[in-house]
Amino acid sequence: MSVCICTKEYAPPPLNVKEALRYAGGRGDTPTPELQEAWELLAPALRYSVCWARLPVQRKEDVLDLTFAQTPSRDLQRALLGCEELLLTAATVGLGPDRLAARYGRLAPAKALLIGAIGTERVESLLDVFAREQNGRLQQEGLRLTPRFSPGYGDLPLQLQAAIIPYLDTPKRIGVVLNESLLMSPAKSVTAIIGIRRTGDILKEKSGCDGCRRKDCEFRR
Amino acid sequence: MSDVLSYLKNRILLLDGGMGTLLQARGMRPGEYPERWNLTHPDVVKDIHRAYFDAGSNVVCSNTFGANPLKFSEEELEGILRAAYDNARTAAEQSSRPGPKFIALDIGPSGRMLKPYGDLAFEDAVRAFGTVVRLARDIPFDLILIETMNDSLETKAALLAAKENSALPVFVSNAYGVDGKLMTGASPAAMVALLSGMGADAIGVNCSLGPKALEPVVREYLRLSPLPVLLKPNAGLPRAEGDRTVYDVLPGEFAADTARLVQMGVRIAGGCCGTTPDYIRALAEAIGDRAPTEREVEPKAVVSSYTNALCLDDRPVLIGERINPTGKKRLKAALIEGDMAFVLSEAARQQEKGAMALDVNAGLPELNEKEVLPRLVQEIQTVTDLPLCIDTAAPEAMAAALRVYNGKAIVNSVNGKEESLRAILPLVKKYGGVVIALTLDETGIPDTAEGRLGIARRILKAAEGYGIGCQDILFDPLAMTIGASPDAARVTLETVERITRELGCRTSLGVSNVSFGLPERDYVNAAFFTMALSRGLSAAIMNPDSPRMLGAYRAYLALNGQDPQCGEYVAFAARNPLAAPASNAEGPGAKETAEQAGLARAVEKGMRAQAAAEAKRMLSEEPPMQLIQREIIPALDRVGQGYEQGKVFLPQLLMSAEAASAAFEVIKAAAVAAREETPVRARVVLATVRGDIHDIGKNIVRLLMENYGFQVTDLGKDVPPEQVLDAVLRLKAPVCGLSALMTTTVPAMEETVRLIHEQAPFCRVIVGGAVLTQEYADQIGADFYAADAMEGVRYAESLE
Repeated sequence: MSVCICTKEYAPPPLNVKEALRYAGGRGDTPTPELQEAWELLAPALRYSVCWARLPVQRKEDVLDLTFAQTPSRDLQRALLGCEELLLTAATVGLGPDRLAARYGRLAPAKALLIGAIGTERVESLLDVFAREQNGRLQQEGLRLTPRFSPGYGDLPLQLQAAIIPYLDTPKRIGVVLNESLLMSPAKSVTAIIGIRRTGDILKEKSGCDGCRRKDCEFRR
Repeated sequence: MSDVLSYLKNRILLLDGGMGTLLQARGMRPGEYPERWNLTHPDVVKDIHRAYFDAGSNVVCSNTFGANPLKFSEEELEGILRAAYDNARTAAEQSSRPGPKFIALDIGPSGRMLKPYGDLAFEDAVRAFGTVVRLARDIPFDLILIETMNDSLETKAALLAAKENSALPVFVSNAYGVDGKLMTGASPAAMVALLSGMGADAIGVNCSLGPKALEPVVREYLRLSPLPVLLKPNAGLPRAEGDRTVYDVLPGEFAADTARLVQMGVRIAGGCCGTTPDYIRALAEAIGDRAPTEREVEPKAVVSSYTNALCLDDRPVLIGERINPTGKKRLKAALIEGDMAFVLSEAARQQEKGAMALDVNAGLPELNEKEVLPRLVQEIQTVTDLPLCIDTAAPEAMAAALRVYNGKAIVNSVNGKEESLRAILPLVKKYGGVVIALTLDETGIPDTAEGRLGIARRILKAAEGYGIGCQDILFDPLAMTIGASPDAARVTLETVERITRELGCRTSLGVSNVSFGLPERDYVNAAFFTMALSRGLSAAIMNPDSPRMLGAYRAYLALNGQDPQCGEYVAFAARNPLAAPASNAEGPGAKETAEQAGLARAVEKGMRAQAAAEAKRMLSEEPPMQLIQREIIPALDRVGQGYEQGKVFLPQLLMSAEAASAAFEVIKAAAVAAREETPVRARVVLATVRGDIHDIGKNIVRLLMENYGFQVTDLGKDVPPEQVLDAVLRLKAPVCGLSALMTTTVPAMEETVRLIHEQAPFCRVIVGGAVLTQEYADQIGADFYAADAMEGVRYAESLE
């Protein structure tokens, strides 16, 4: 079977102020002047790219065959329960946040912190937009997406990055490369495995804060 | 001249099209290395090459896009390169179409990101590309094509490697985004300056977009590039159709759009992702046997930063002189201590004031310039997108700095002495640059304009011998003080005018020398500057803190018709009123600020400018020590406690810390001037551990530590354990802070902790960072786990 890897550029999603402030260690949902200033600096330097492939997933004894790799991860098995396919996804908002954070890191750390926080919010919002769009498409097939799961979550090792990046050919498609430490450049990039599930399947699925095992988090909702 | 260059001289060179998509159609799976197919599926690769030759390509690119030692062992790499050539050569021989056929060694990006945004060091990139070129040296490729580069610095590394390891012609092609810039921010003009300066044989654009969408970028290349321009667009944008990827531009449209750009002057054309032999056949037909369109590109004096080009012919250029330790105690102290933050703030400040390029000089007997200058250049380039003027008398330091500079620099300087010409001009040829040429030689500085002109002529001739054109020379006819010789300024001005008129060359001056020894020097400097501008001066190394100098410049542009409607002058004047009424000095917010006066208050509220101003005012009333103890520390403590109690959040804590830093800077400057020791606490060494490139958290710790008076030596990010130990031992630091963001780098942290405990038992190690927990910290033997920056400060205080 030939696999289609798709690439798409997106329009900027609206800024989620509350999330951006939360990533900066702040509170509230009204933009502070400092956040506004950082946003104005950063906004023109962003671009929103996603590339993805729709792949079959199979269980073989204790191992999950993800087509692009195999893993014994129990947490991922739980996340992909009932899924016969997945969307292997990589998203980035480009090198703008890295460049601005490097520029201000030494001169104005508060600004660098906010730039980093907005960058994180941006790439998460981008993936939300992507997931909504894909869900709309999948609905016609009677399918929907599970919450996203990334290398480094639970027992899914970061090493999986070394399989995802070349498989999706992200360096050429969206300019995302892997460093020796297994982190990506640009820093505001995310890879994710998103399960595709039958709409009818009723599963006790925990998402967001409910799905997290850390109960003492100050941001728990 | 090589065959391919002589062919190109009066013909259009047709390249091939995409390779990856065709290999996938023949069964290559995602994640497989296409380069291995040269060895495992040679017939498939040959078929594709032959189809391109048959379709009309004069050049095919070897299937070696990602063939580099970061992905393959040298042994396998050598096999791949040889097989790739053989496949292309066989295809050329089997092709039914007559005519010359060339084979390009294709080099794509390394697949890694260069520092500071990634973890690949510049020299490691040069080495990796160099290995490819070296291994291919015995294989009879006709040219090297460096393509799809989206980082200007990586492009420079690849071109440098090609030039250092091969005599083949080198074509260089970059991949631009929808915004018309490289991913790292470079504009087409910046890339044209960088690549033509370094001696590429042809330059251009490929990948990313279709020919129509790339047109604006191609037009910029055609307008600016003295070299042949290359174009290899995609078949438009990819989209999914069922389980296939299809591109939205079909062969007919692709050929028509590309041929139109060929008619405008593109000399080397082909296709990239999504294009097939059908596209190239259509393109060959659309171009036919059309003769190349001749272009006239006037040679201009252009330098560049990592993002922008700056043309010295558009308007005179102001080069900020403040990063030069001569006569500047505070900067000298900062350079010796390795206090990069001060140097960087000087860079940013000069840019804000209106400098258009920055001079960078680290000439101190205490410093090893060859090491310090390149580091300084790299650091300054992370905070400013202005071109730099690299200023050193040591050729070795110049070479090291030009090598790592991301762009085409101003080279300061060469002079008429044989020794200088021989040392500096080859560097300008190799790395590119506009060189400042001082009109002095072995006999000194001639007293007359005629004498200085004579030296200029000799320098011009010597440069020509190296292939350096007049547009890349900026003569400095040397401003001397009128305090010593009444004729000094007149002779200099006459030389400026005659170099401009008689030699057709550009000039630059270190303006402020003219007033040496005189009182209120700015009056003289500004008048001299205006006079020199009106005689044709192209650049001045000057002090951007001087409103008179900036005023002279702005007024000159307006008077000379270079500032239509005087818009820029009016804006400048609004920011720099000649004499503001005293009562209005603070502007509309004056009343409010008066109520909030006080350094402590400014720090607490995180008002940076206010804190600096207050510190300055209060220094005249109180000794520095008292100011710190009575105002700054208590204010920081209040904010710190608020943070610890969850009433103040991180951004506010940082704003306060930055305001305190601004105040400290003022106090420090006053103390240095008075040769007073600023009160200091213990030495603290900080580092993000090896393999980790995240430093926002560490920078926050540094800021707070400095606020609390600790002497912080910040080693930066990705620091090897031995280097941390070295610093701890050298400085006898009782405290060391280590940061790690990732589980993968915790072992490096552990190794660092162990090394310090073994060899520097006097030092307590604090660890922190996203992945760290008390448990982890205990496991790796750290002395203290700091959950946030404040905890780190409190612990360091507790050790005193």
